[in-house]
Amino acid sequence: MVGRSALVWRFLFQIVAGVADPGPESVRGTKMSALVQLIDVRKSYDGAPALHPTNLSIERGKTTVLIGPSGCGKSTLLRIIIGLIAPDSGTTDFEGSQITPANIDMLRRRIGYVIQEGGLFPHLTARANILLMARHLGKTDAEMHPRLSELCELTRFSENLLARYPLELSGGQRQRVSLMRALMLSPELLLLDEPLGALDPLVRASLQKDLKEIFGRLKQTALLVTHDLAEATYFGDAIVLMNEGRIVQQGSVADLRERPASDFVSEFINAQRSVALA
Amino acid sequence: MKTNKLYFVSCFPAFLILISSSLANPVVIGSKKFTESYVLGEIAKRTLNDAGIPAEHRQGMGGTIILWQALRGAQIDAYPEYTGTIAEEILKDQQLHSAGAIRDALSKFGVGMTEPLGFNNTYALIMRRDRAQELGIRTITDLQKHPELKIGVTHEFLARQDGWQPLAARYRLSPQSVIGIDHALGYAALQNGSIDVKDAYSTDAKIAEYDLVVLEDDVGFFPKYEAVFLFRASMRKDAIAALRKLEGTLDEARMIQLNAEAERTKNYTRAANLYFRDDVESATSTGEPFSHKLARWTLRHLQLAGFSLLLAIVVGIPLGIFASRGGVVGHAILGFASIVQTIPSLALLALLVPLPFFGISARTAIAALFLYGLLPIVRNTASGLQDIPRSLRESAIALGLTPATRLWQIYLPMSSRSILSGIKTSAVINVGTATLAALIGAGGLGEPILSGLNLNDHVTILQGAIPAALLALIVQWSFDLLDRVLIPKGLRL
Repeated sequence: MVGRSALVWRFLFQIVAGVADPGPESVRGTKMSALVQLIDVRKSYDGAPALHPTNLSIERGKTTVLIGPSGCGKSTLLRIIIGLIAPDSGTTDFEGSQITPANIDMLRRRIGYVIQEGGLFPHLTARANILLMARHLGKTDAEMHPRLSELCELTRFSENLLARYPLELSGGQRQRVSLMRALMLSPELLLLDEPLGALDPLVRASLQKDLKEIFGRLKQTALLVTHDLAEATYFGDAIVLMNEGRIVQQGSVADLRERPASDFVSEFINAQRSVALA
Repeated sequence: MKTNKLYFVSCFPAFLILISSSLANPVVIGSKKFTESYVLGEIAKRTLNDAGIPAEHRQGMGGTIILWQALRGAQIDAYPEYTGTIAEEILKDQQLHSAGAIRDALSKFGVGMTEPLGFNNTYALIMRRDRAQELGIRTITDLQKHPELKIGVTHEFLARQDGWQPLAARYRLSPQSVIGIDHALGYAALQNGSIDVKDAYSTDAKIAEYDLVVLEDDVGFFPKYEAVFLFRASMRKDAIAALRKLEGTLDEARMIQLNAEAERTKNYTRAANLYFRDDVESATSTGEPFSHKLARWTLRHLQLAGFSLLLAIVVGIPLGIFASRGGVVGHAILGFASIVQTIPSLALLALLVPLPFFGISARTAIAALFLYGLLPIVRNTASGLQDIPRSLRESAIALGLTPATRLWQIYLPMSSRSILSGIKTSAVINVGTATLAALIGAGGLGEPILSGLNLNDHVTILQGAIPAALLALIVQWSFDLLDRVLIPKGLRL
């Protein structure tokens, strides 16, 4: 915890000291419709770059998919947005205002976050996990009950299971609870870091279908990280392919397949296709 | 919220303390760790009680310096002492011979002294009668011819200014072997031939009992050891008056008889009552019943262990939280707690006694037990927190929970199993180690263990040892039950 807050403070210092590059005006000016905008964001660990200076816009109402091989920097990018990692330089804007250590806690309440293993707290029931933040903000359970029922219906989760602890739920059920927790406060942005990665194929397929339906019904702005091209194709309004800390190409799957920006893009797509066919 | 159940951990030991309320200030009589001192202490207590003054007797608190410090520090109000010891050990002035001169010197310390009680309990060297006759030893000078004889004396006698070193110098003795041995154990060593010569007091009942001989102090080395009571000059006047009634009422023969009675019956109260010429029946009935004594020891034991545990929890958990963050501070905290743990408990008590705030008191025992209880709690809190998976820490942060909420509602409840097991370890250690508190007069179940060791009496030892062992088991079970209440259900699946 100390390590993290030290990073955040260093981040704050850099902003105050003007070390951070505000980014080219053109980028800032042209993409005001984006919900989130990363401008020249850079991160390295012990001198090894994890993310080269990167610009990225996340458009409202769309599902943006970050895809690429392990260690390509896609999770780093996502974790910078939620403030789990402080970038070495560059800025992240949320609805046009810059994310700083001072406002990150407020912004986190407007961002939902789902990770591979669900990230549910084992000592709390499914219900307590979902209501944790709402309770923290002083809302009563009675007040939140309609929203909870709505979420159960939306995620096809039986209300009878809400009293169970995470260890009493299956992997798929845990991910549905995690999704409900992320959606509880109606976040403007939903971040999903390999949310289906640990599930067996049947459960995975049914959750993919449900997720896509939910995103559509809620017109949810979402950023999904995956390494699976089929999943990216299924969800992605916009696909962002990354490799070795850089964005290699952005666009639709068709763009990537038909107009690859580099040999890596063709290789990545062909490798995934051959796996799928095998 | 359910997650706040952790607060109740601290209520458990607090409860133990609350159930044992302390009495109004009685006059506190101390005594040294040998039979005669115990008996004199009991006589003083009974004398005060007969005069309508509430009094308690802290038996066998230690040696001269410990009792003297306790008197000066107002932890006790009076204790039996000997004029020779006062001059040699306390005032460190061998020129003080008259009672008047000693009394003047003591008054500077705010300490008063009664007139002699009537008997002279001087130091003496003793041997088995058969061994002495076989070697033709009658006087201490005769020892010069037998350097092969093994000398075993008490630790106090070894170090005293009127003890072994000056004695050996004066008599020009150079024995091949001199060891320090506990007074009571020394008699057994004398009997089985492990040692040949030991120190004793001239009114010691065992001299007659074991058929031993006192070697004549032919150059008059030992000073006079007239028994008196030392008391704090500020002690209540009626208590001083009551103690003074004992002056000149007890001669050597009478004292040996009382000592013999104490050692035969293992009951100091009963021996003290002989002084008041009670018949044996009423003497037994005025002694404190065993169930009362056991309740008193156990309650005191729980106070010591409970209060120190409470302190260890209140201090240890925050320290553990800091330690879990690693870095220099974290390592320093864990390092300190580990070092404290390696100090032998007896040494830790001895180190704390001379410090101003501590001295001979329950405070010292609690401080030592607190320091012992710290490490398991600090270490388990730190490791419990460190074992929380990174993904869960990040989930808590990403939700937007404030640091305090993360700690209280997520991290601490998730570490509760580890923290509670640390507290349980500390509790069991404290209940066990609290038996040592009796060494510095803090009472508890160590009291009968210590008396029993002093008398070489196994029954008395077991009166303390068995309840102490049972108490440790009960504490262990209570915490196992507490686990079910305090560890969130989701973690017990």
